[in-house]
Amino acid sequence: MSKRIDVKKTYKLFIGGAFPRTESGRTYEVKNARGEFIANPCLASRKDLKDAVVAARAAHSGWSNATAYNRGQILYRIAEMLEGRRDQFVSEIIELAGVAPKKAQDEVDASIDLLVWYAGWTDKISALDGATNPVAGPYYNFTIPESLGVVGFIAPKKSALLGFVAGIAPIIASGNTVIALASESAPLPAMSLAEVIATSDVPAGVVNILTGKSAELAPWFASHMDIDGLDISGLDAKLVTEIKKSGAQNLKRIHSFKDISSPARILAFMESKTVWHPIGV
Amino acid sequence: MKYYGLIDGSDSSLKEFLNKLPGVDAVGADARAAMLATRSIKTTSKRWAIDTAISMVDLTTLEGADTVGKVQALCAKAVRPDPTDLSVPSVGAVCVYNDMVGVARKHLDSIGGAHVPVAAVSTAFPSGRASMKVKIQDTQDAIDAGAGEIDMVIDRGAFLSGNYIEVFNEIVAIKEICGEKAHLKVIFETGELVTYDNVRKASYLAMLAGADFIKTSTGKVAPAATPPVVLVMLEAVRDFYEMAGVRIGVKPAGGIRNTKDAIKQLVLVNETAGPEWLTPSLFRIGASALLNDLLMQRMKMDDGYYASPQYVTID
Repeated sequence: MSKRIDVKKTYKLFIGGAFPRTESGRTYEVKNARGEFIANPCLASRKDLKDAVVAARAAHSGWSNATAYNRGQILYRIAEMLEGRRDQFVSEIIELAGVAPKKAQDEVDASIDLLVWYAGWTDKISALDGATNPVAGPYYNFTIPESLGVVGFIAPKKSALLGFVAGIAPIIASGNTVIALASESAPLPAMSLAEVIATSDVPAGVVNILTGKSAELAPWFASHMDIDGLDISGLDAKLVTEIKKSGAQNLKRIHSFKDISSPARILAFMESKTVWHPIGV
Repeated sequence: MKYYGLIDGSDSSLKEFLNKLPGVDAVGADARAAMLATRSIKTTSKRWAIDTAISMVDLTTLEGADTVGKVQALCAKAVRPDPTDLSVPSVGAVCVYNDMVGVARKHLDSIGGAHVPVAAVSTAFPSGRASMKVKIQDTQDAIDAGAGEIDMVIDRGAFLSGNYIEVFNEIVAIKEICGEKAHLKVIFETGELVTYDNVRKASYLAMLAGADFIKTSTGKVAPAATPPVVLVMLEAVRDFYEMAGVRIGVKPAGGIRNTKDAIKQLVLVNETAGPEWLTPSLFRIGASALLNDLLMQRMKMDDGYYASPQYVTID
């Protein structure tokens, strides 16, 4: 029997629920830890980012108006789908990062557990950060945290799957939509995760994933007037000052985090709404 | 000379003229429109294209839910699309339903927008299903209220059943009422005409009957102003100029929502009819959401970063 021809995957972007190639037509080489060629993912341009923002903005109203319980179910669904493709992710991480199988398994398991953990937070976060405020008048006064809008995420270079999940899960848990820039050196687990997300009942445009160079795209994330928040956990330390400066132009909330599981990651991209309601009506 | 001396106005002469028109190479038209859509327009050319497109927009609101307030807000936007930037030109016209013409005209005049004409959709828009008496009265009302442009719909039912002379006579009658007071735009609803051959026939029919502009669609039916349809119409006005020595305008409407779409249309105009048509008096774009995208692209070019829809008006 003759040998089968390899069927290799073309890694594309994930924008608005579809998998388009970059409009720029550019790609770059990704190599594994031993320096061997692995794949040619898209080198996204600022125009891909612009398209992703349009998709994310359009998806925000539906996603933020879904019940917290429903968002939790969908996050849990991502965990279920990821569990079903556990072996694929384990072998991808082994191939890409050159780590021992045990370490790769631990990373995938931790990613699945983290999704379940954030799924649980969706309907509890307002109890943690909301309040009934004492006011000097015949009113009930409530403060409720609500989603911010469209949030960008520059993923960390290392732990390409876990670091990525730790970024997008808390952002979308509260009803934000996200545009994530996958790890430049190891973008493949994030792009495979896009396939998981695409089959997990996540509405189109809620999660958008780009692959490319953070030095090229991060300034466009920061200056874009229609991105409300930015998680720069994976940004090169040299670029942080510049990014914070240009984000200040449009009052963007820019944060970076060390903990992978923390309600602070959810609250960082929420804003408080206060409601006055007359007593007795 | 009546009907540009090309026909004598009789059913037989009209039929003979239309039947002599060559068929449209549909595959070729699709391919040519697709090829022209790949042209890349950058920097100073793009800046010129954005400003030109803004000056060509017929800013439109044609909803059952239109109110006086909404029309007035639209008029303000038409005169000064970006209140923070005085270098943005006014749009080509404000396009409203018949009963809002007076409101729009009065408001435009009161805010320094006397140079912006009001276009009224007419002849039982959007279906065109009414008696001739009603259609004539509809048009007369709009002109009396101050409409400078009349966007009439043709009777597609009559056209599709081959009753060309009825459509022709309707356009002639409406043109007579418009006279010198109002420009006449004839809407084909190309989505309902189905074939490019029909679009070509309708284009010549309307031009012979005295249309000043030919317009693709009402905006109520999809597909609307697809690039190949606009290409066929632009070829028609170009060839008609050769025959009759008169330049007729073209107005695509419906489905042109962003700057990229608008620039594609301008490329089509330049490459098909020629640069003479790149002026608001010969090319208009019927749109509502398009203007915001043009303004956002303009901001991007000025500021160097992407704009947000939160910085333009909600219409």
